[in-house]
Order: sequence, then structure tokens, then C-alpha cells
Amino acid sequence: MRAFLAALAVSLASPALGFEIEEHLRMDGAAPVATVSILSTTDSVTARPLLEAFLAKNPDLSVDYVVASALSVQQAIVDEGAAFDLVISSAMDLQVQLANDGYALPQMPETAGSLPHWAHWRDLVYGFALEPVVIVVSARAFAGRPPPRTRRALIDLLRDNPERFRQRIGTYDPAISGAGYLFATQDAGLGNTFWRLAEVMGRLDARLYCCSGEMIRDLAEGRLDIAYNVVASYALAQANRDRGLTVLEPEDFTLLLIRTALVPTTARRPDLGAKVLSFLLSVDGQTRMAQASGMYSVTAPLASLPPSARPIRLDPGLLANLDKIRRAAFLGEWQAAMTQP
Amino acid sequence: MTDQPPSPALPPRPRVARVVLTGSLRRTLVLQLLVVAAVVALALFIAIRISADKAAEAAQDAVLGAATQSLADGIRAEDSAVDLDLAPITFSMLSAMGEDRVFYRVDFAGQPMTGYVDLPPPPATPGGAPQFYTAPYRDHVLRLAAVTRRMLIDGKTVTALVVLGQTRLGQKAIADSIASRAALLGVGFFILAVPLSLLAARAILGPVGRVTEAVSRRGPHDLRPVNQSVPRELGPLIGALNGFILRLRGALSRTETFIAEAAHHIRTPLSTVRTEAEIALRQSQEEGTRARLRSVIRSVEESSRSAGQLLEHALVLYRTDRVDRAEFDLGALLAAQVQSFHPTADLREIALVYSAPQTPVPVLGDRLMIEAALRNILDNAIKYSPGEAQVEITLTLRDGRAETRVCDRGRGLGGSDLVELSQRFRRGGNVADIVGSGLGLTIVLEVAEASGGSFALSPRDGGGTCALFSLPLR
Repeated sequence: MRAFLAALAVSLASPALGFEIEEHLRMDGAAPVATVSILSTTDSVTARPLLEAFLAKNPDLSVDYVVASALSVQQAIVDEGAAFDLVISSAMDLQVQLANDGYALPQMPETAGSLPHWAHWRDLVYGFALEPVVIVVSARAFAGRPPPRTRRALIDLLRDNPERFRQRIGTYDPAISGAGYLFATQDAGLGNTFWRLAEVMGRLDARLYCCSGEMIRDLAEGRLDIAYNVVASYALAQANRDRGLTVLEPEDFTLLLIRTALVPTTARRPDLGAKVLSFLLSVDGQTRMAQASGMYSVTAPLASLPPSARPIRLDPGLLANLDKIRRAAFLGEWQAAMTQP
Repeated sequence: MTDQPPSPALPPRPRVARVVLTGSLRRTLVLQLLVVAAVVALALFIAIRISADKAAEAAQDAVLGAATQSLADGIRAEDSAVDLDLAPITFSMLSAMGEDRVFYRVDFAGQPMTGYVDLPPPPATPGGAPQFYTAPYRDHVLRLAAVTRRMLIDGKTVTALVVLGQTRLGQKAIADSIASRAALLGVGFFILAVPLSLLAARAILGPVGRVTEAVSRRGPHDLRPVNQSVPRELGPLIGALNGFILRLRGALSRTETFIAEAAHHIRTPLSTVRTEAEIALRQSQEEGTRARLRSVIRSVEESSRSAGQLLEHALVLYRTDRVDRAEFDLGALLAAQVQSFHPTADLREIALVYSAPQTPVPVLGDRLMIEAALRNILDNAIKYSPGEAQVEITLTLRDGRAETRVCDRGRGLGGSDLVELSQRFRRGGNVADIVGSGLGLTIVLEVAEASGGSFALSPRDGGGTCALFSLPLR
């Protein structure tokens, strides 16, 4: 019999931790004797089934699961030296920076054998899930006409119907959202359509969001018709729940965000962190990952992904994104595109 | 005729004196060759390791230098400010070599502008070409490259410094991979050297073994000098050995000559004594004196026979040393010998039955020696036969050998075997009443051995002994 004692506590002020915590989840195995603490950007609802599966295999452990924003995660490890056994984040650039700056312990999970070379950086950062960066549209707005299949088609559509889509398109604000900034720089690096799209969106008074959740909510509640660059795990979950949304994977290219994990040097029990990492990369972990809607298994052969899929390169090239001068220049360009006379 | 198994033919070789062995030439040689091989393998490994390190560093420096230049090219003066266009691919490329960690720093007008501001600066101000240096940073030793770019801002020349560094994991991985191959090569070289050293040692020491074998395979009387061709280094040893053999031969020859002369000198006066004693016997009427004289004659006869056989033995030994082989007809020789024994046999009414093939029996050997051997065999057979008995002498050809079989009805071997009986001056335990020296069988055996033949004694069915003297056919 599996008996889980789960306690979900939303505590915004924990006395021991200085950085901002969004959620705190504690789950116990059948007979816990040790606790593995995880710092993650993935919300507890998505993580819970995976953690349950992990505890079923390791009944002698408990899991302390702390959810924080990507920047808070960075702050917790670098500035505060917070003791966590595993750091899970969708902010690939920040994870690579953590590892490059020496905050990650080398790991050799035995389950990493089937991992493709682009899904890990050295033996420090391991990708365990792929999430397509997609366009989500409300089915209502496209009743009777086909939704755009490429960015070019999207630009044409917006240009041809400026009044129809004024203030009806939303995307991340790269100045606020780390993920938004990452997607925007990758977009700009991969195609020449990005700046044209930015200008069109600026002309149509596109609405800028801090987070996927709000964007999807506005879309579902009819305040928005198109959400550009949304992480598919959220988008698909919402689409399944509510048939009113359509998820589009742009056919010119679809960015794949790699959700990564690393064992930080601040870990009290690096062995337990490695255990969780090994589970995430195992066949069991990957299967459950794929079942969680919208995430691709990272160990799936590249051929099973759509041909337009472009995993974001997980290497120090991401450090260039984080350079303050480059960031300032990029955001300056973005601002110029957004605010048009 | 009987076909009982013959007794062991040859006496055992005399035991060789123990030699004190200190070490082994072969082991020393192999060890020294292996030490040389190990030194060469080690030198090979170190040489490859050093050049691998240098090559890997040169390759890494080339990439690092190009990346630094590319980074510096991204600095542009723009409206009284500077703009830095960092291309992510620059970092990706650097990290591609060995998934190295990458650090960079851009200074503008001597002030840190962006990047890792605590990155160690170059020891001297670089020019347009990259300056490479190595410095520790955050628990790692980095390989760094630095370049400067000058630009005009508001009419003033301002210098920008770009420093790009990376860990040396990729370089180390390449060098390690080459080094492990080098180590494998070294170990392989050494492993190959083991059988090669053994082969070399065997080849070098081969002549010693061949000489040893040639000398130790010789018969007990073979005192010819060693005339094998040997390497120059073994020349003195073989020379010394041959000198020793010559001296030994001289000593032996002198001894045998002395014995022969002594026997000869004894025999002549003995025959005088015998003649005198026989005359005295004929003249004497007194029974006591006659008995004494007969005893004297008998002793003299015994001594004379001993001296004769000593002489014969010396002759055999002498001829053994210089084997003088020629082809002759054994049938004719044997027939003549049998013929010469007829008077002696007739005296004791012993019948000599001789049978031989009609055709000649050609053998190769020293005729005089073989004649002496046959004489001794026949003499023994007649001597130990009772009166009115029959001695059968058969010459047959079998398996490429000429077999002379002499069978008597004598008293047999008396429990002794051939090995015992053939020792010098050793006689059977049951022959005290018959004149004999104990040298006869010794002579026969030595002749058989020197001629490449064999000699065996075996008991005969119904009493008596068979002597089998066999020689290889021509």
C-alpha cells in the first residue's frame, strides 16, 4: 500500500530563506528516513505526479519541494548559498551560468546513457524534458478561417487585419520575464521574421505579460485572441481542459525549451539530488514526463520530434544572452519596435 | 637358440660432478633487454605526452584567439557610446571543443564594462594580436587570450580590452586521449619486447647450447677435439676445452701405453717361466713337486692371460679414440676366428657348430677391434662349456644388423647381470675354478659401443648362456 502524506503549504515568508518562495510542497514516502530538498521553477501541480512516482520507488525518502521564479532560484544559490539537493529550472541560460560559474557538482547518472548530446552541458546540467514554445489562439477568433501556420503567415494576418487584432495579441515582456527574454533572443537569432513581427505587434498595441499563466487565462476568458511564444506544457494543459484554445507549433521553426536540473554545490545530500536526477532521466521518469501534457521526453529520438523542432542550444552561448550590455541593447531594440509613433 | 630378452646392454654413464651455478646468462640478457625496452617505452610515452600537450594547447589557442578577435570585432563606437554585439556562437564554439567553461571580460578606457569583471587581466597590454596567458580563476586554471581595440569616440582615442578565457578541460581531454594511446603504445612495445628479448637471448646463447649438446652427446671414449664452428666470443672457450681434451688424451694414451708395455714386459718372462716349469714337470718324478709345478703353471697361465687381455683392452681403448672404420666381410672374419678356436675346442672335445649366410656380410668398423671382441666371446663360450658339449655360433641378418649369436651349455651367469660382469676385473661368482681376468666382457662391450653395435648376454633354455653381438650392416 502506498501511503503518502502530502502537505501543500503556500508560504510566502519562510524565516530560513531570504529569496521569494511561491509554493512549498512536502511529500513523505512510506517510511522516510531522509529528506531531499528540491528548488524548482516548475509548479507543484505539474511536479506532483512525478514526485509521487519517485517516492513510490524510494519509500525511505521525503521530498521538500520549493517553487520559486528563475531569478529567485539564481539568487538563492549564488547570493544566499541556500542548501538544496537539486535545482530544476526552465531558465536554461541561468542554469548554464550557474554551472559555468562553478555552482554545479559533476554528475554521472547511469540513466543518462540515452541522453542526446544537445540535452546536457558537460556533466553539470542535464535536460530532462522538452517543451515546445508555441502560439496559442482561441478557436473563436479563427472560426471559419485557417489559423496561421508560420510566423510569416501570422505577420500577414496581423497586417491585413489591424483593427481585428488590435490589443488582441499577447506575448511575454522580455524586460520582465526571463523566459520571454530567452525566447525573444532565440527567435531573433534563428529567423529574420522576429523584428518584423515585433514591429507589427507594437503597431497593434500588443499586450505584454510577465507569465504564461496570465496570458492563457486572458486567452481563455476572451480578452485575447493570440498568445505568441507560450510554453506548451501550460498551453496544452489549458487546451485540453478547455476546448476553446488551439495550440500552433509554427512550421518555420518551433523552439524547444529544455527543462534542466543540476546538483548545486550547496547541496547537503548531493547523493539524494543525484537520485532524483537519475529518476527523472530513467525510462519510468521519462514516460511519466511525456504523460504530463505537452512535454516531450528528452530521451526520445530526435526523428520522433517534428522536423521544425529546434532545441535551444544548451551551452555557454546562452551566456551571451545574459550580458548586461547585450541585454540592454536588445531590450532597447525591442522597446523601439513596441512603441511606435 | 633362445630368444629371451637380453640384459641391459650398456653400463650407465659416470656421474658428472656438480657444477656451482651463479646466475643465468639468459636471464641477465633478457632482463637487460627488457630494461632497455622499458626505458625506450617510457621515453616514447613522455615524448608523445609532451608533444600532445603542446599540440592541444596550440589548437586551443588558435580557437581561443579567433573567438577573442571575433568578440573584439563586436565592439563598435556608436554616437559617443560603445555598443557590444556579443555573438552567442562565439561562446558556443569555444565550449564545443571540450565543453569547457567560458569567461569573458570587456574593459573600456581602463574601466570594466561587462562580463566577469574579476577575470585576471593580461600581464602586459596586448596589441591587435591576441596575447595568450594562463591564470588561476575560481578554482580553475584558465587559458586566456586578450586583445585591444582602439576606437574614436567624440574625437578621442579610447582603448577597449577584451579578455576571453576558458578552462582547459578540452585540451586536457585531447592530451589525455593521446597520452593514453601513447601509454598503450608504450605498454604494447614493452609486451612485444618480452618475446623478442627471449628470442634474442635464445639466438645469442644458441651456439653455447649446441656446443654443450655436441660435447655431452659424445661417447665415453670420444676424446676428439671440438671442431664445431662457433661465434668469435666462444672461440677462446672452445680453444681452452680442446687444449684440455688434448692433455687428457695424452695422459690417457700414456697410461694405456704404460699398461700395454707393462703387460708385454710381464708376458715375455712369464712364458719363459712356464716353459721352464713344464720342462721341470716332465723331468720331475716326485708327486709333491709335480703338483706344485702344475699349480705354478696354472698361475702363470692365469697371469699371462690377464696380461694378454690387458694388452687387448689397451688396444681397444686406443683404437676407440681414433676410430678407423673400414668395410669388411664379418662372415669371413667370424669363420676364421671359429677356425682358430678348433684346436682348443678339440682338446676338450667341444663341438663348434657354425652357420652363416652364403653371401658376404659387409659391416663397417674397426676390423682389429671387432676381431678382439669375437675372440673374447668365443673364448668365454669354450672356456665355460663342460667337456663334450656343443657351442653354436650363428651369424644372421636382421633389421639391417648383423647378429652374431654364440650359445654354450656352460654354467650361466650365476645371477649376475651384464652390467656387473662387464666391469673391469669383475668376474661371475661361479667361476673361481676357471682361469680368467675379468676383462673379456669389458672388451666386448667397449667394442660394441665404439662400433655402434650392441652386446647382450641372456640365459639359454636348458642351461647355458647366449651371447648376442650385433653390428650395423654396411
